[in-house]
Amino acid sequence: MGELTIKIAGEAGQGTQTIGTALCAMFKKLGRYIFANQDYMSRVRGGNNFFQLRICDKPVQALKAKADILIALDKKSVDLHRAVITERGIIILDKAKFGIADDEKIFFDVPFYRMAQDSGGSDIYINTVCCGVIAGLTGAGFERLEEVIQEAFAGKEEGISGKNVSAARAGYDFAKNNFKDEKFRQVPGPAKETLLMNANEAIALGAIKAGCKFYSAYPMTPSTSIMDTISRFSGKFNIVVEQAEDEIAAVNMIIGASFAGARSMAATSGGGFALMVEGVSLSGMTETPIVIVEAQRPAPATGFPTRTEQADLDFVIHAGHGEFAKAVYSPGTIEEAFYLTLKAFNLAEKYQIPVFIMTDQHLADSLRNIEPLDLNKVGVQRYIISKEDSAKLSGYKRYVLTPSGISPRAVPGWINDVVYADSDEHTEEGHITEDAALRVKMVEKRFYKKMAGLVQEIEKPTVFNLEKADTVLLGFGSTYGVMQEACETFADGSLGFVHLAQVWPFPVTELSLLLKGKKNIISVENNAAGQLGKLLMREAGIKVSCSVLRYDGRPFDLEYLLERIKELKG
Amino acid sequence: MNINDFKSNDEITWCPGCGDFGILNSLKKALVTLGKEPKDILLVSGIGQAAKLPHYIKCNCFNGLHGRALPAAAGAKIANRSLTVIITTGDGDCYGEGGNHLIHNIRRNLDITVIVHNNQIYGLTKGQASPTTDLGYKTKVQTNGVILEPMHALEMAITLGCGFVSRGYSKDSDHLAWLIGEGIKHKGFSLIEVLQPCVTYNKKNTYEWYSQRVYKIDSNSYNPGDKAAAFQKAGEWGDKIPTGVIYRQDGESYEDRSGLNNIPPLVEEKIENIDLSACLKELS
Repeated sequence: MGELTIKIAGEAGQGTQTIGTALCAMFKKLGRYIFANQDYMSRVRGGNNFFQLRICDKPVQALKAKADILIALDKKSVDLHRAVITERGIIILDKAKFGIADDEKIFFDVPFYRMAQDSGGSDIYINTVCCGVIAGLTGAGFERLEEVIQEAFAGKEEGISGKNVSAARAGYDFAKNNFKDEKFRQVPGPAKETLLMNANEAIALGAIKAGCKFYSAYPMTPSTSIMDTISRFSGKFNIVVEQAEDEIAAVNMIIGASFAGARSMAATSGGGFALMVEGVSLSGMTETPIVIVEAQRPAPATGFPTRTEQADLDFVIHAGHGEFAKAVYSPGTIEEAFYLTLKAFNLAEKYQIPVFIMTDQHLADSLRNIEPLDLNKVGVQRYIISKEDSAKLSGYKRYVLTPSGISPRAVPGWINDVVYADSDEHTEEGHITEDAALRVKMVEKRFYKKMAGLVQEIEKPTVFNLEKADTVLLGFGSTYGVMQEACETFADGSLGFVHLAQVWPFPVTELSLLLKGKKNIISVENNAAGQLGKLLMREAGIKVSCSVLRYDGRPFDLEYLLERIKELKG
Repeated sequence: MNINDFKSNDEITWCPGCGDFGILNSLKKALVTLGKEPKDILLVSGIGQAAKLPHYIKCNCFNGLHGRALPAAAGAKIANRSLTVIITTGDGDCYGEGGNHLIHNIRRNLDITVIVHNNQIYGLTKGQASPTTDLGYKTKVQTNGVILEPMHALEMAITLGCGFVSRGYSKDSDHLAWLIGEGIKHKGFSLIEVLQPCVTYNKKNTYEWYSQRVYKIDSNSYNPGDKAAAFQKAGEWGDKIPTGVIYRQDGESYEDRSGLNNIPPLVEEKIENIDLSACLKELS
């Protein structure tokens, strides 16, 4: 069996993520495909967190509920996770440290605390010892792990890297000498030149590539690593990242920057987005392009700060008081997150509207090694009056009425005229008005006309096995991977799926064609209301047979989805 | 440039005699004196009577949400530091709804100028107390008189390290024009609070009331660089109300500290062919 799931569990602060990321890098060097997800609590120390990686010889995009190898960094992890170990699975633990006397078949006792002290002089080296153990168990080769360690500690204090290599060596040798079974052996695989990243990093890179010059946000899990990633590269690309005093400031700052002519973005989660909503409406009214990422987490209110949910679908597509055009992307993969971020900037600028990229914690934090991104697939298209053309312009009216609803957008200071923008209902010049007839024209401009244009540019749904399937799964966002793998599991081809990477404007025409004649449509959603199923009914008049819902704050795993589909298919 | 170059064709909807007229004229005078062109100025406002001012002058204008003029202005200034960014706001807009942004934009210290039209009352919503309404003043809502301590915005600004804290009076047009000019010239966040009578809803703080109390700070005897003295001066209210530059301290602006001053304005950046290969290498 070419596939392996490793789960690393322990208290917050023990380094589950450190081990996980190092192992991802090691298996990537071995040419294996990786899908890794994180489950962490909203605390800095204590509790129980885990990092789970699935290693395969073909690309994988979903997680499995059961692990083949559990690395338990504390005693509690042994009890918490032993129920979700596969039949062939083992638990790596330090029995002496945890005070466990039982000699169970499932245990692989590794005195990693003592080994950490011996090789590095500190408990912090348990992480590296464990990485060494995995390298030994899986035959990933010590040299690959050593490379990973050297890369990770390059530029750090002298001696740190050496101590880590010794710690890894100790773990590696221990596994080689004490675990003779080769059942977890991994052979070098076909994944070469891949990129290991998560969707937040992909979004950050997409924004940089799209020419985002101003980013503002208030830190909020699970969106924060977008800000971290843009900040990391901001100096190289002349991008200003400004941490706002609150999300209201963030959205108004990006609107101000965009009005002044710079492409701008903010990212947040549901609670922060709630604060931004008046600003969303301001973007719609003043026709100022903005891009906002809403990385969902379980709500209401503070909810589960570090977990996953897709319950903001209705909220995001309806965000903002009043009626105006907007677009909402819902990428299903890391690659899609990158390309759709680029598109979001182009679309926002073209239609002078707010565009949203709706993700969730599961997509935001899950790592995968992906094929190299096609950097020319989505080009940067600009829709402002260039500096050269600005000089020739006179008699400028910011909101001049046009058949498309889109008025040419000038950069203040570039034209010889001035630009008036207003949140009140306004004239073509941008001055406040109370005129009823003009109001009608402006509403039609901002809403009907722009929506008519946006409908022509809806991202096509991804379809799988639709012709043969008697049952069709329908999802959006992060469920892409698990739906695909579930469909592949049905070798008879009786299961297909439709995945929406854009949920607003809703792809009514496309879905009506795709789902025509399909009797058994099942929506797969990380929420309690079955919001996508209801949206399909409202917009396209198509009824789903039922919904597979999950609202415990955890992502769909393959086993969970398959069990429910089997029940429903009968 | 002369005053007429800043003339807007938009109809003014303020009440006759409103103190806002004085501020509008002083602003125009200041811009003429500084030799600014309409296209190089961005006026940002929120909601309220003060927030309508940008429509009544020919300059670029972003009239946004109630309380949110400051963040919109901050974003615009970061995007294009070559714009002269001025915020026209009121005691409700800036001190009430947008109070948090005032605090943090003083800390941010962008080179922007904030003119607070302080009429000590809510005009647009018809006469409720504002954060600066005097204690005891009765309104339709505060029927037994205001019981909340008025906001001491100038003292707060000094405490936060704002480098230009001042007060003007809308009736003293030349002095206010000079003050606005000084605020614009200051390289950092400038706060200009303007006493501005509301002729319709504030029956206490009238032209007569202010004129009896307002005096100009003597620039020969007063040192605006003395923070302790400035704090004391900012607290004067009652029989004598000081106008002029209360606190002034040059320092590094956001543009200096962020490095914005070392690169062309962000809007000038060419974005069509951004090369990500270095980032991808670092991440892979």
